[in-house]
Amino acid sequence: MPLLETRQLTAFYGDFQALFGIDTTLDASETVAIIGANGAGKSTFLKAIAGLIQGEPDSVLLDGAPIGARPAAEIVRRGVALVPEGRRLFPSLTVEENLLIGGYGRKLPGPWTLDRVYALFPVLRERRHSATPTLSGGQQQMVAVGRALMSNPRVLLCDEISLGLAPIVIADIYAGLPRIKAEGTSVVLVEQDIVQAMKVANRVYCFQEGRLSLTGRPRDLSREQIHRAYFGS
Amino acid sequence: MTGWLDALIQGVLLGGLYALLAAGLSLMFGVMRLVNLAHGDLIVLAAFAILVLAGKLGLDPFVAVLVALPILFVVGFALQHVLLNRTLGRDLLPPLLVTFGLSIIIENGLLQLFSADSQRLRSGAIETASIPLGGGIAVGVVPLLTLLSAISMIVLLNLIFYRTPIGRAFRATSDDLEVAQLMGVDHRRIFAVAMGLAFVVITIAALYLGLRANFDPTIGPARLLYAFEAVIIGGLGSFWGTLAGGIVLGLAQTIGARIDPEWQILAGHLAFLAVLVIRPRGLFPRAQD
Repeated sequence: MPLLETRQLTAFYGDFQALFGIDTTLDASETVAIIGANGAGKSTFLKAIAGLIQGEPDSVLLDGAPIGARPAAEIVRRGVALVPEGRRLFPSLTVEENLLIGGYGRKLPGPWTLDRVYALFPVLRERRHSATPTLSGGQQQMVAVGRALMSNPRVLLCDEISLGLAPIVIADIYAGLPRIKAEGTSVVLVEQDIVQAMKVANRVYCFQEGRLSLTGRPRDLSREQIHRAYFGS
Repeated sequence: MTGWLDALIQGVLLGGLYALLAAGLSLMFGVMRLVNLAHGDLIVLAAFAILVLAGKLGLDPFVAVLVALPILFVVGFALQHVLLNRTLGRDLLPPLLVTFGLSIIIENGLLQLFSADSQRLRSGAIETASIPLGGGIAVGVVPLLTLLSAISMIVLLNLIFYRTPIGRAFRATSDDLEVAQLMGVDHRRIFAVAMGLAFVVITIAALYLGLRANFDPTIGPARLLYAFEAVIIGGLGSFWGTLAGGIVLGLAQTIGARIDPEWQILAGHLAFLAVLVIRPRGLFPRAQD
């Protein structure tokens, strides 16, 4: 049984349908990348899993249990954490408080503590009493990832963590990924940076206009296949 | 000269009462972005609760308030959980309408139960006790206690907000409701706890309101106005600002009254308008609001 599964997942914003019957699976300790053009439904897909958009109970299964209609606060307690697009740190909380609030509802035992997050991203320890708006973009992204880890997730959903960052900063953040995976956390990456996504993912799903257009292992997919799946033929 | 000094001291003490009236409102706005039009009536309701408990149990109001605090915490929690949580969303109108309706219901309910007669909380000699400062100036013990309670309440609220996990959750929820839920924060429960806490502040405010002056079921809306003015003068989202706002309002009123007794209320409103003109965000606004 997969750790996380979506079955015929649909999502709506009012009358607008953003996702059409998405079937995906994520196994334990696996990294899956979701790629696709702007507006393909990638972020919506993560929001639907995280409970920010609720749907049919059976459309999202965690360890076989239906969570598709559960609220976000419950889903994170069950072990699915989202690093939201644009980082969205709490501006009135310090770096350390942002990390601590990440563990607010935590019920699951696990490896992640303040010290472990500081070991993963040492620069955050130096800035731990700073207000988050004073941090650089890369540091803010590290706080966003660390904040999600503090809930000891089994599944980490990352929405565009490289967006707007310099390549060298992106490399710093991605350097933490193996250590996150080493703790047994499965990762779902939404990325527009296809090269980065292909490097780290075990499997890739490509979305096009709310539908799944391609699935496979990075090494099995040709440039042409991805191009077609990305932009349509 | 003594008269002016006395006006300044009494103004600061009066400001303590206004800060207490305003602190609960500041808390509700700070956490839930709720503009509670029933705030003044809730203070009057709490004053009647203390009055009834003191009467029925034969307690001094200072003891009766200890009985009232947990009861009103639960009332506040339930009010938020059952009613007000349903009104909060993108639209600002529903909470305004519902709390306006609540204000009318509370006022008329109290009129039905207690009539329009003036009431007062009685606590014996302490009501009239005063401490002479020399030079013909004295401070009343109850006004002094009011100010000290206001300061203690602001310190306590700041400790809760900045030193505890629930305080972090209050601030995070206020910053970004959606992302707070991603942290496992159940915002409905957090709001209910915040309202329970606001009711604790309201109950303390009601104690001093009832000890310092007469009250009846209809005085709520005027207290709401003073509380609003104190919060806005101080700057939204800052408890110390609310204390400062209360004191500015109290000073303006006593100085106005010193010039001409008819000017007391007007001078308070003028100070409020002056702050709005000079610093529209208040004296100590929270940085990111």
